[in-house]
Amino acid sequence: MSNKAAVCIGLALFGGVATLPFWLPGARRPMPQPVLKAGLTECVESAEYMRANHMLLLDAWRNSVVREGNRRYVNAAGKPFEKSLERTCLDCHSNKAEFCDRCHQSVAVQPYCWNCHFAPGELRPAAAAMAGSPALRIAATGLSSPGGAADGR
Amino acid sequence: MDADRRKFLIGLGSAALFGVGAAAGLTRVGAAEAPAGEAAQGAIRWGMLVDMTRCAEGCADCIAACNAKHNIPQFGNTKDEIKWIWKQDFAQVFPNGNPFPSARQTAGPVLTLCNHCANPPCVRVCPTQATFKRADGIVEMDFHRCIGCRFCMAACPYGSRSFNWRDPRPFIPAFDPDYPTREAGVVEKCNFCSERLDRGQRPACVEACKAQALVFGNLNDPGSELRGQLRARVTLQRKPELGTQPSVFYAFEPRHD
Amino acid sequence: MIEHALTGNRTYRLWIVFLLALIAAGLAGYRDQLTYGLGITGMGRDISWGVYIGQFTFLVGVAASAVMLVLPYYLHNYKTFGKMLVLGEFLAVAAVLMCMLFVIVDMGKPERVLNILLFPTPRSMVFWDVVVLNGYLLLNLVCGWVALEAEQAGVPPPRWIKPLIYLSIPWAISIHTVTAFLYAGMPGRDLWLTAILAPRFLASAFAAGPALLIALSLLLKRLTAFDVGPEAIDKLATIVLYAALVNFFFTAMEFFTAFYSGIPAAERPLTYLFFGLEGHAGLRPAMWLSTLLGAAGVAVLLAPGLRLRERYLVPACAAIFLSLWLDKGVGLIIGGFIPSPLETVSDYSPTGHEVLITAGVWATGSLVLTLLYKTAIGVKQRA
Repeated sequence: MSNKAAVCIGLALFGGVATLPFWLPGARRPMPQPVLKAGLTECVESAEYMRANHMLLLDAWRNSVVREGNRRYVNAAGKPFEKSLERTCLDCHSNKAEFCDRCHQSVAVQPYCWNCHFAPGELRPAAAAMAGSPALRIAATGLSSPGGAADGR
Repeated sequence: MDADRRKFLIGLGSAALFGVGAAAGLTRVGAAEAPAGEAAQGAIRWGMLVDMTRCAEGCADCIAACNAKHNIPQFGNTKDEIKWIWKQDFAQVFPNGNPFPSARQTAGPVLTLCNHCANPPCVRVCPTQATFKRADGIVEMDFHRCIGCRFCMAACPYGSRSFNWRDPRPFIPAFDPDYPTREAGVVEKCNFCSERLDRGQRPACVEACKAQALVFGNLNDPGSELRGQLRARVTLQRKPELGTQPSVFYAFEPRHD
Repeated sequence: MIEHALTGNRTYRLWIVFLLALIAAGLAGYRDQLTYGLGITGMGRDISWGVYIGQFTFLVGVAASAVMLVLPYYLHNYKTFGKMLVLGEFLAVAAVLMCMLFVIVDMGKPERVLNILLFPTPRSMVFWDVVVLNGYLLLNLVCGWVALEAEQAGVPPPRWIKPLIYLSIPWAISIHTVTAFLYAGMPGRDLWLTAILAPRFLASAFAAGPALLIALSLLLKRLTAFDVGPEAIDKLATIVLYAALVNFFFTAMEFFTAFYSGIPAAERPLTYLFFGLEGHAGLRPAMWLSTLLGAAGVAVLLAPGLRLRERYLVPACAAIFLSLWLDKGVGLIIGGFIPSPLETVSDYSPTGHEVLITAGVWATGSLVLTLLYKTAIGVKQRA
C-alpha cells in the first residue's frame, strides 16, 4: 500500500501521545494522601474496602434510606451504624477539602452529592453569604400573601 | 471503498457497540431493585386531620416550620414557586361549587398539602419510580432518580407538587443542615417529614402548630387519636370522587360526641 | 447510497447551511437552558408542560400517519402509493426523532434519561411510549432504507422485510394511542379525561401527516422532477379530507358533552381556550385561527374542482396542517392545565429561548428528512 510510511508514522505519533502520562518526566505523580483527623478509631468498613467501594456503599445506602426507610447498617464486624453521609461519615471525615476533595480532584471525579447535601464547614460561610434579605425571611414564614389565593403569573 | 474492507469495518463497529452494550447491561452496579410500587398492607398508614376549627386565620407557624426544616426556597413569584404546605381559599381547595358554604368553612383560607393518597395517580405515572409509596403509606420522592419529566405534576389532581425550575440554593433564606436542598430539574412535595418519622419525631408542621390543629397518626389503628377524631366529627377529603383515597382529612365543625 | 445526500445544487447546499445554522442557534439556547434550568421557558408551577410537549404530541401524530400509505399498499394491494411509500416512512423517521428530541429538551434532568430503561415501570405510560417510539423509529428506518437499497440494486426487497412492514401497521396505531394514554388517564385534568382522546389523536394524525406529505411531495416535484403521481396525491388528499372531518366531528362531540352536561370541570378548559376565562384569553386567537384554517382547508378539499389543482391543494393542506398544529400542539396540551387543580387561571406564553430550542429541534428533523429524501430521490431517479 502506498500510504504505508504515512500510516506507520501516524500510528507511532498517536501511540506516543496516548502514552504520555506513562513516560513523560514529571507526569507521574503519587496519589495524594487524604488527611484524616487524628485519634480516630475505625471507619464503617476497612480502609482497603472503603477505598475501592465507598461509592457503591454510599449508592446502596442512599437507595436503602430513601426507598426503603432502612437507616440501619451493620458492618462486616457486626457493628451497627446509621446510614448517613452527614452524620456517620462526615462526623469523622470532617474536612472535605483535605479528605474527600484531594483524591476526587486528582482522579477528576465530581460527585454531585454536594449540590444538595451539606458538607461540614460548608454551612456557616454559605449560610452567611446566601441567607436572604429580610423580604426572603418574611416570605419563608408563609405570611406574604393574605388569603394565599394564587393570582396567576 | 471495496466490499471486503467495508464489511470488516461494519463488523468491527457492530461488535464494539454490541460488546459495550452487553457489558453495560450485564455489569449494572447496585442492589437489585426491590419493587417499590404497591405498599404492603403494613401495620401503619400515616394520616392527618386538619382541624380548621382550631387553625387560626393569619397564622402560618406550620408553613414556616416546614419551609425552614426542608430548605424550601422563596422565589417571590408564582411561576417558579415551590410550596409543600400552604393556605388557599376554601372554594379552591374544595371546588364543589357550593355557593353557600358555611361560615366555619370560609372563616379563613384552608391549609393545603400533599394528600399522600392510598391510590396515588402520581405514583402510577412516574416512569422511573422516583415517586413511590412507602410501606407506611407516605408518597415519597427519590430526588436521586427523578428525571424531571413532570408527569407526576400533571397527574396530581390537587396541585400539590412543585418543580425546581432553577437552582434553589440562592433563594433559601437560611439553611438547615439536617436536610439536603434539591437541584434544579427535580420535582418535590410534602413528604410527611419521613426523615423525622424515621427518627421517632413528629412532622414539623404538627409540632409547630400551637393550636394543635394538626392531628397526625396511624389510620390503620382504630384506637389512634386520629381515628377517634374521624369517628367523632364530620370530615371531608379533597375530591374523593377521583378514587385517590387521600390520607388527609379536614374538619370544619367541632366534635359531635 | 448516502452519496446522494452529500451532493446537490446550490439551493440544496444553502438549505443545509440554513438548517445547520438554526440547529446551532437551538443548541446555544439549550445550553442556556441547561445552565439556568427549565425556568428559562414560560412554564411554571401551574402550567408545567408547554411548547415542547405540545410539539412532541403533535409530531407523534405526524409519525403515525405513515400507516395511511403502508396499509393500503400492503394489505389491499393499492399500488398507486408505490412511489410515495418511502417518503412516508422517512417522514415518520424524522418526526419520531423530533419527538424524542422534544422530550429530551423538556426533561429537568436529561442526563438521567436512561433511568426509564434501568428501572422499567410497566404501569407508567411514559415507559411504554419510550418503547413504542424507539421501536417505530427502528421499524421505519430499517424498512425504508432496506427497500431503497434493494431498489438501488435493482432487486426485489428481501423477504424478511415483509413481516416488519406488517408489524409497522398496528405499531403506528399504537404509538399515538399510547401517547394519548399519557393524557387520557389523568384524573385531575378534565380536558384530557375523555375516552375519545385516542381516536381524536389518530384522526388528527391521519389528517396532518398526509397533508404535510402532499405538500412535501409536490415540493419535491418542483425541485427534482420526481413525481409520485397525481392519483396518489388525490387519494391522499381524500384521506386528509375525511380524517380532518372526523377530527372536527370529534372536537364537536367534546363541546357537546362538556356544555350539555353543564359540568363545570368539563366546561371550564374549553371556555378558557375558545372564549377566555376570568379575564385570561391567551389561547383564544390561536383556537379560532385553528378553526378557521381547518374549515377553509376542508372546504377546498371538498370541492373536486379545487382539490385536483395544486395551487389550491397545497394551501389547503398547509391550512389543515397549521390548524391541527394549533389545536393539538398548542391548545390541547396547554389548555389541559387551565384551570389548575386549585381552580386558578393563568396564561402561558413561550419565551425566546423556548422558541429558539423548538426551532432547533424542527431544524434537526428537517435536516434528517432532507438527507433521507435526497437519498431516496437519488436512488429512484437513477433507477
